[in-house]
Amino acid sequence: MSGGSRLRQVLESGAFAVTCEIGPPKGALVNTLREKARLVRDYVHAANVTDCQTAVVHLSSIAAAVHLQSEGVEAVAQMTCRDRNRIAIQSDLLGAYSLGIGNLLCLTGDHQRFGNHPQAKNVFDLDSIQLVDMVRGMQDEGLFQCGEPIRAGAPQFFLGAVANPFADPFEFRVLRLEKKVNAGARFIQTQSVFDLERFRRFMEMVRARGLHHRCYILPGVSPVRSIRAVEYIRDRVPGLTIPDQIVERMRAATDPAREGVEIALELIAGLREIEGVAGVHIMAIAWEQVIPELVQRAGLGSKL
Amino acid sequence: MIVAEQKSFKEIVEYLRGKYDLLIVPCMSCTAVCFAGGVQQGEELASALRIHCKMHGDGLNCTVRPVTRQCDPEFIEELTGEVAQADSILSLACGVGVQFLAERYPDKAVIPALNTSFAGGKTAPGIWEERCSLCGNCVLHVTGGICPITRCAKGLLNGPCGGSEQGRCEIDPNLPCAWQLIINRMNGLGRLEELLAFQCPKDWSTGNAGGLRRLVREDLRLK
Repeated sequence: MSGGSRLRQVLESGAFAVTCEIGPPKGALVNTLREKARLVRDYVHAANVTDCQTAVVHLSSIAAAVHLQSEGVEAVAQMTCRDRNRIAIQSDLLGAYSLGIGNLLCLTGDHQRFGNHPQAKNVFDLDSIQLVDMVRGMQDEGLFQCGEPIRAGAPQFFLGAVANPFADPFEFRVLRLEKKVNAGARFIQTQSVFDLERFRRFMEMVRARGLHHRCYILPGVSPVRSIRAVEYIRDRVPGLTIPDQIVERMRAATDPAREGVEIALELIAGLREIEGVAGVHIMAIAWEQVIPELVQRAGLGSKL
Repeated sequence: MIVAEQKSFKEIVEYLRGKYDLLIVPCMSCTAVCFAGGVQQGEELASALRIHCKMHGDGLNCTVRPVTRQCDPEFIEELTGEVAQADSILSLACGVGVQFLAERYPDKAVIPALNTSFAGGKTAPGIWEERCSLCGNCVLHVTGGICPITRCAKGLLNGPCGGSEQGRCEIDPNLPCAWQLIINRMNGLGRLEELLAFQCPKDWSTGNAGGLRRLVREDLRLK
């Protein structure tokens, strides 16, 4: 039995937390993954490892999390509902906890239509809220989902879920967040914020329901380094929009990567001002190298 | 109803290679209503096969004999005479009808002419849509009469995923997001807050995850 979460300690202390996302490799070679881990080690409190994001086969989240932790980076394992039923999920989570993983993020998962095996049969035995509730039951009540007691050691993850304030219907997004919190989510990482105004309105609704007192909210920030990346996110990522103003800035920039960093820094500064924001979650997709600079220049402190 | 569509003519011809006396059996229930396996489609298929065989010099004798419902042993019993004359049967029923024929006439090759698509209905002329996944444990009373198991691409029970955008499903912009429909409807009924209630993991054992399903009604059985 192992585990434990520094991320939880940081958030409970009231400090502004920084997490990032690291995508596992599309193969069994982990030297690049370990390099990325060393790169961000001194700059983030924890790093998420995705679970076959966009339904493309990657090295497993739990295995990647173990690699990260052996490089000294606290991992947040991700678990989706797309590929495993309740039996496999519970089994893998026991395994993850036994290997020292202390943070877990629960998601529904991207539909396989978007991935590299669109002919696959999906599972969705549970949805993300049922997944959160199941893990909470394993931890708090010591019960498997079926109601049988876990006699050989229940896991104790710091349990998180996601929210997308930019998907529709907007008004329901906060209710869905509340369902996740009710189910047992202690921290929430959001989809990337580009539209700060909409995120502010979302947080107003969050505060109106008192949810910021019941969970730690870490909005997502994605630095973008080219106009192509911006257009891809705007046009191809479901449930995500980018305001015209940002698109125009990136289009007009002589050094788009620099401009992308500036925009990300402005977003982080804006997010820190919002009551109820407990940290940021940096998703620098295929651009992890920028994370140390972002963290330092945002004044989030280097060694944490 | 069961919605089905005809396999390609090329595929059907492939399955009929080496057959001589073919009994084509339309079904006058669901598959006739969705214009896939009714009498008209059976006759058209027979004509097309006759022309094809004439052109290719194959000797295939086609007889068309519709039945009222192929999923009912009483009706397929009526085929006994025609079946005796045939070496194979081409069924224009859903997968249920094909299997009932195969069970009743075990010494004949029974070939499906249709792909069975889903349980649904006609939403506009020429358009059919799925409505029910036959999960055996209906939740429509909590979701405003709109089935998220069938109509949400992920079958979510606790609200929309993060891919719902302007009322459209993330996997296909031509499909409405089922949860947007549910929320609109519950909102209209003044019942939106009800959707805050946690829907616990579904018992899929009443669906096909539980193995072959069988319904027994003691009150209807022959004593």
